[in-house]
Amino acid sequence: MSVRRLGLRSVAVGYLAVILVAPLGLVFYRTFVNSASAAWEALSDKDTRHAFQVTLLAVGIAVPLNTVFGVAAALAIVRRKFPGKGLVNAFIDLPLALSPVVVGFSLYLLYGRTGWFGTYFLRHGIQILFAWPAIVLATIFVSVPFVAREVIPTLREVGDEQEQAARTLGATGWQTFWRITLPSIRWAVIYGVVLTTARCLGEYGAVAVVSGSIQGKTETATLRVQEEYENLNFAGAYGISLALAAIAILVLILMTALRPRETAH
Amino acid sequence: MVIVALPIAALVWQSKHEGWAGFWDAVSGREAVAALKLTLVVAALAALTNAILGTVVAWVLVRDEFRGKSVVNAIIDLPFALPTIVAGLVLLTFYGPHSPVGIHAAFTQYALFLALLFVTLPFVVRTVQPVLHELDRDMEEAARSLGAGELTVFRRIVLPSILPGILSGLTMAFARAVGEIGAVVIITGNIPYKTEVASVFIFNRIESNDPTGAAALAVVLLTISFGVLLAVGGIRRYTTRYERP
Repeated sequence: MSVRRLGLRSVAVGYLAVILVAPLGLVFYRTFVNSASAAWEALSDKDTRHAFQVTLLAVGIAVPLNTVFGVAAALAIVRRKFPGKGLVNAFIDLPLALSPVVVGFSLYLLYGRTGWFGTYFLRHGIQILFAWPAIVLATIFVSVPFVAREVIPTLREVGDEQEQAARTLGATGWQTFWRITLPSIRWAVIYGVVLTTARCLGEYGAVAVVSGSIQGKTETATLRVQEEYENLNFAGAYGISLALAAIAILVLILMTALRPRETAH
Repeated sequence: MVIVALPIAALVWQSKHEGWAGFWDAVSGREAVAALKLTLVVAALAALTNAILGTVVAWVLVRDEFRGKSVVNAIIDLPFALPTIVAGLVLLTFYGPHSPVGIHAAFTQYALFLALLFVTLPFVVRTVQPVLHELDRDMEEAARSLGAGELTVFRRIVLPSILPGILSGLTMAFARAVGEIGAVVIITGNIPYKTEVASVFIFNRIESNDPTGAAALAVVLLTISFGVLLAVGGIRRYTTRYERP
């Protein structure tokens, strides 16, 4: 028994070490030992600064929007019956299973010069594609599922007895939501927000298609990594990567702290 | 709905624009077929590998006790938290030309496999872990007391309960691997016929202003995604068929 247990443990830990820990550790090590100053310099580059600002803008719009939408959608799916519910449910999950490039391409077709919306916006002189609105739209699209996916099971689990009790005591819909429903799902919402933020920060494929990657204009942090790498400015690519990886590790710590009890064991 | 469904409608519209023949021409082009084949095969291999190793990891995390287990548990989610482009760069550092362990896999199909292993690692672990945690161990004890060996206990008692979890994790991992671009774009070098995957092919078609070619393969990927969602929904319905009406 103990030999088997030790064997399984080594397989599991060894696999994680080879695939996840060693590569990331090496990047941190090499950057700090060889080129800490070069990485820092890359981060203070004007275009890199701007890229982080674009990313932050997308995160700042997408995360609140998808939080409100996610909670509303979860409530509708769990508590209400309406025609087309199965379809809504499926479309919420779609971004999880769909290539971000296909997502970006769909937006490209919709808002492009000949697209359904593209011609309208073009007539009114509003640039969507290859400008920040497209980046924001792509970011929203790919991060739609996370809050709803976290809130739905929690909502099912807590049931609606308390909400019904509140309502029989004369609470309005809003009062019930703020005093009863929201407090009972708040950790699921926060966990979903953390996941959404991570996804928005790291989005690459969809944004790569719609942004046009114009340096200092429509480049996000992840696109900047690619650009620096292709220009053979490795210190720059590693510097930005490291900043993003540091955020990822922060996200991991938050996720661990917030994970629901059952799976945290 | 406007955010998700409308763009998808526009995509389907664009692919119909050229008619069935145009669609077929674009899909059956040699480079497109090569990219799609490579994507499906390597994605399936990566998803299968992680189904097996992910089950082992989940098992160890639930049934084993050792120091640092909570750290190991936290690390599982790293591929979800780390931007995929960074993941690609990180893997290139370790398995590329300046590898400290002397493995130079960059710009080969092995690199693609590694990148897809990385991004799909958490799926099976995270679907199997809660099921394994809820599993009643009395049945296993009963089987053991009746003379069943460890392998028989696993195969006949544990596996049937965790199989739906493995399968839905596997399917989601497969979907993720098929659509991946960020992690593969740097490390595979995107060599046509050799390491170019479907999503990179679509990306290149868009860049060279060929929306028809891009739309054809995009619709294929979209169909796969819907298939995956249907499969996962089916598995979920099957496992909860005795719960609530």
